[in-house]
Amino acid sequence: MSPHDLTLQVIQQVFNGVSLGSIYALIALGYTMVYGIIRLINFAHGDIFMVGAFAGYFATAVYKLSFFPALVLAMVVAALTGVTIEFFAYRPIRKAGRISALITAIGVSFLLENAGLLILKPDPRAFPEVIPLTVYNVGGLIVNNRQVLILAVTFGLMFLLQWIVRYTKIGKAMRAVANDRDAAHLMGIDVNQVITVTFALGSALAAAAGVLVGIVYNRIDPLMGIMPGLKAFVAAVLGGIGIIPGAMIGGFVMGIVEVLVVAFISSGWKDAAAFVALIIILLVRPVGLLGRNVGEKV
Amino acid sequence: MATQFGWKKIRDYLSLIVTALFLLGLAYINVISGLGLIDRYYNGILILVMVNVILAVSLNLINGITGQFSIGHAGFMAVGAYVSALLSIHLRWPFAAVLVAGMAAAAVMGVVVGIPTLRLKGDYLAIATLGFGEIIRVVIVNLDITGGPRGLPGIPPKTGFFVAEALAALTILVISNLINSAHGRAMLAVREDEVAAETMGVNATRYKVTAFVVGAAFAGLAGGLYAHYMMFIDPKSFSFFKSVEVLVMVVLGGLGSVTGSILSAAVLTYLPEMLRQFAMLRMVIYSMLLIVMMLVRPQGLLGTWEVSQAFRDLWRRRETGEAGRRDVHGIA
Repeated sequence: MSPHDLTLQVIQQVFNGVSLGSIYALIALGYTMVYGIIRLINFAHGDIFMVGAFAGYFATAVYKLSFFPALVLAMVVAALTGVTIEFFAYRPIRKAGRISALITAIGVSFLLENAGLLILKPDPRAFPEVIPLTVYNVGGLIVNNRQVLILAVTFGLMFLLQWIVRYTKIGKAMRAVANDRDAAHLMGIDVNQVITVTFALGSALAAAAGVLVGIVYNRIDPLMGIMPGLKAFVAAVLGGIGIIPGAMIGGFVMGIVEVLVVAFISSGWKDAAAFVALIIILLVRPVGLLGRNVGEKV
Repeated sequence: MATQFGWKKIRDYLSLIVTALFLLGLAYINVISGLGLIDRYYNGILILVMVNVILAVSLNLINGITGQFSIGHAGFMAVGAYVSALLSIHLRWPFAAVLVAGMAAAAVMGVVVGIPTLRLKGDYLAIATLGFGEIIRVVIVNLDITGGPRGLPGIPPKTGFFVAEALAALTILVISNLINSAHGRAMLAVREDEVAAETMGVNATRYKVTAFVVGAAFAGLAGGLYAHYMMFIDPKSFSFFKSVEVLVMVVLGGLGSVTGSILSAAVLTYLPEMLRQFAMLRMVIYSMLLIVMMLVRPQGLLGTWEVSQAFRDLWRRRETGEAGRRDVHGIA
């Protein structure tokens, strides 16, 4: 392989990695926001992604909606699911300690997966072709319109999220609660409402990722949330958990590493790559790429 | 002057009766199993209960007693299972030797994983152990000698109920003695407050690694038993879900309670079998029960309570006539 071909190949793979990474980034945002606010690893988040994918599937396959209405509908359905789960499963146990909350989250995750297997049946389904595939060749780089769509939707949603978090009243409240829940409460912020909104936003982003995965990879099933969920969580830790830009960067790093390993080493080591990257980061910089070191008070 | 009949006293007597019934039940199982009257299906469940008891009690040492949140226990189980199975198949070592080798291999893996990751705290440690557990699984999938994703068949069937039972009892004995030794108190100190423990001269890193390695070794033992009962192992049996299953047993029984781990390992192994009549609904019911149990009793079934505490309290009342009850950590 000539050096020019190799460079092209690397660029191609990095591009593919960025588009896979956007999916991880969208899911990771939900993990990181929830963690930032209530310090809970929401294990059910990967399954919310699955719920979103199925909502998108029914919207397009059964109700014949086009891409954007289906995307919005899936986001709304997932947001409602997320809020419901928070209300019934996490809110009653919030004061009981983090390990109990973690086990409850695992229980909710099992429940969504098994209810999915029961109601939606275990067989994978083909997602309808909402966006016809067009392939472009940009100076030797193979790019298709679905990858472009993933990037456009992801960046659009990320900007929207940043705008909400930075410039709206509820965003300000979210930052305050993440900083110090008790102090925020004393300042008159409705903490419960903030947590509800956080779950709604995070779940909606995961649903968007679900619909995009359905369109690009064309295959959805009730257990599709497990691996992406784990990897997106790893991405959130990689970037510094609780930090929104960290989750985005973590997601992209994760996608790129995974695609490069598949392209240049072997697809068998794909799943290990993500975790090796995680362990290296944790050992070198335990707070994540963008995390700040907070001194321990004794 | 123990004229008062307080709730604690009733509970102590009740636990005495429950323990007696439990031991009677165990004796009954042993007798019918010894006479060969037990059917294969129940025999299998009993062996799996013992394997899960070993897993839960050993993870409890790491998570409950030392307070280090590990969710990679299945990885160590896998190491023990594959090493002992391969030695049985290829070198035809005796059963006891392969079990010990499996334990040793898992312990070595415990050192390799533990020393770097135990610098991390809380959720970060949890994620790092999860990562290592997954890496171990992916390595097994990619090796040739392990049979890769297709699994490893042809393991001689050597695990019987009595062997599994004896080794589970041994595990409980070793770990509860460890908990009640000076080492155990140091581990509890690390759990309660690592900085304070360090200040009092406890070498926190050393005790964390010790707990991790001992826990890993027993997970390896459980893996060896499992492999020689199933006669076939594949990487899927040791995925993240197995780790979660064991974690759920420990938390549901009560973090830090050996009695609780034993109890919930038995219940949670049998529960899915009991729900088998509901077919597809089975796992839905299982996960709902899990959520409801956590909502109703977030501290786990027994909290940090041990059955030995009940006996000690009864004994103390007989000695002194007082109804006082100290909250100490007891032996299982």
